[in-house]
Amino acid sequence: MPEESILSDDFVRELINVGDVDIVVGVPTYNDARTVGQVVQAVRAGLLKHFPRERSVIINADGGSRDGTQDLVRAASISDLSVASDLHALRTLHSISTQYEGGPANGIAMHSILAATDLLQARACAIVSPESTTLEAGWIERLLRPLLRDGKDMVLPIYRRAKFDGLLIRNLVYPMAKTLYGCSVREPYPADFAFSGELGSQFLSQDIWNQEQGCRGTELWMTLWAAIGKRKLAQSFLGTKSRREDAPSDLVGAMRETAGTLFNSLGTYASVWHSTPEPVEAPCIGCEAAVDEEPSRLNRKRLHDMFTFGVKELDPVFLSILSSPTHDELKRLAALPEDKFFYSGELWARTVYEFATAFHKAVIGRDHIVQALVPLFRGRAYTFLTENRESSTNEMERNTELLCQAFEQEKPRLVELWDGGK
Amino acid sequence: MWQSFIGELARTMDEILRSFARFLPRLLEMLLLVVVGWIIAYVLRMVVRSVLRIARFDKLSEHTGAAQLLRRSALPPPAEMLSRFVFWVAWLGFILVGISVLPLPWLDPHISNFFGFLPRLVAAFFILFFGLLAASFFSRAALLSGVNADLPSPRLISQTLRTMMILFVISMAFEEIGIGSRTVLIAFGLAFGALMLGLALAFGLGGKELARKYLEKRFARDQYPEEPSKEREDELSPL
Repeated sequence: MPEESILSDDFVRELINVGDVDIVVGVPTYNDARTVGQVVQAVRAGLLKHFPRERSVIINADGGSRDGTQDLVRAASISDLSVASDLHALRTLHSISTQYEGGPANGIAMHSILAATDLLQARACAIVSPESTTLEAGWIERLLRPLLRDGKDMVLPIYRRAKFDGLLIRNLVYPMAKTLYGCSVREPYPADFAFSGELGSQFLSQDIWNQEQGCRGTELWMTLWAAIGKRKLAQSFLGTKSRREDAPSDLVGAMRETAGTLFNSLGTYASVWHSTPEPVEAPCIGCEAAVDEEPSRLNRKRLHDMFTFGVKELDPVFLSILSSPTHDELKRLAALPEDKFFYSGELWARTVYEFATAFHKAVIGRDHIVQALVPLFRGRAYTFLTENRESSTNEMERNTELLCQAFEQEKPRLVELWDGGK
Repeated sequence: MWQSFIGELARTMDEILRSFARFLPRLLEMLLLVVVGWIIAYVLRMVVRSVLRIARFDKLSEHTGAAQLLRRSALPPPAEMLSRFVFWVAWLGFILVGISVLPLPWLDPHISNFFGFLPRLVAAFFILFFGLLAASFFSRAALLSGVNADLPSPRLISQTLRTMMILFVISMAFEEIGIGSRTVLIAFGLAFGALMLGLALAFGLGGKELARKYLEKRFARDQYPEEPSKEREDELSPL
């Protein structure tokens, strides 16, 4: 059994003490002391308020925090709910915290939670991010209800986010997943999501847990796997997702998790995207305007400068990855002044596809290919910010769909490159 | 006297003919070994060339930078070079085995020296190849990290790392085959030491203020509170 290798004896003992449950809420953490207590409180409130009759357990999988995250989870689990005095548990609400080995890695945390869900034979499992400080009790209901009541397999979130949050999702993951797999969910790399126990067991039985996707970008892999496997997906509007003011912006890490996982998936699902995939149905429950139109304080000039600098410095790397026309076009672009700079959707789609092919053919180290995409993404982000500076929510959505069309138009180029063309 | 002279001559001729008769089969044996050796070396060359082509060795060499190095020196591609190397080593081995068949005792120590040297030559080749591969990998990694961290002159850092690694690898390879090992090691030590001294001076003098500020921030945070930035900027939020 796969879970034998991932669950420690102590953890299994605790799970056995809990017995079978209906709902598992997994909280993967690593040094999240600042926010995790608040999140666990909200999860408890959500379970007690909306699922008082279900047997539930909160499982915290920690990657070796040194800031007392696990203590805070335990404290939050046993503390009285001061937020609402009318919440009463009809069943014991268990909370378990475990530290997995080999971390910190979200994929390993996910693996532990999946194995625990499978062992407890839960009907549904929700994963919540310890950074979701705006999480309310209602989120748990909106994530779990479609699974328990409507028989959905997976529920993905939709948030109201700041206008220029999630730029990599909007400019790379969403258009590529939509074009190649017909998967047009707005948060394909979810922080808070839920899936049925049955789908969880299927995730667990896949042979990815010793691979790259089983370590980073696992949530994206899960979404793609469920979408390509035609599982019953739903999207649920949760509310506002705010970003921590001091949240680190590890663009290279984010690129590895998203582009790395997507490029990897192209090899696995080549037959799917070579044909025209049918759109994946993922109805949206309670959807509202998903963009908060507050002004951005992003430094666009810095993005432009870093793009120009990257194109100049990484010239020998791009020579191995890109075709001559694309490479020349990027060099021409890098020579333009800021006011004339425009990294079109078509060129961006072509760039991404050429990177994906180079990744598949491993023309240089794969991780280096993904890293080399970072400065180019900054250029694309600059254009996206400029293009949408004054845009309304609808205009921004339209621009995103235009980008998807550009990915669609350039798809034959990907097929040609993939099948051996130059 | 005449008869005695004729007799001596006949004996000498006889001895020459006997020596030649003794030598001729060995010569033929040697020639046969050389010809068979050539055929075997040629087949080996073909096999190595095919294996390298299947293993996409030229592409790998392209990544290591070995291919560019050879191109610049107007030499054939690495796979061709390696297959030729195998051909010549194999054929030379057969030639030397052939020569050892001949009754030339003064050549024997040189021949055994050659065969003793062969494994070290192959080891040196592998050190060179994998060393170049590592130099290329780490210099590219440094370049990418430098660019993504917005460091000044990442290409200079990457090239310096690459040069140092190549020098190191060459010195190791030379040491392996025992050619001027001390000279190469001393040269490498001098070059590395000079670079480190240069860097130490550059950082020490140029980055004095930076180092002071860093240490103050790191260890005496209470005494030197962080200056508030004039206007806070958002970080790029990718996910």
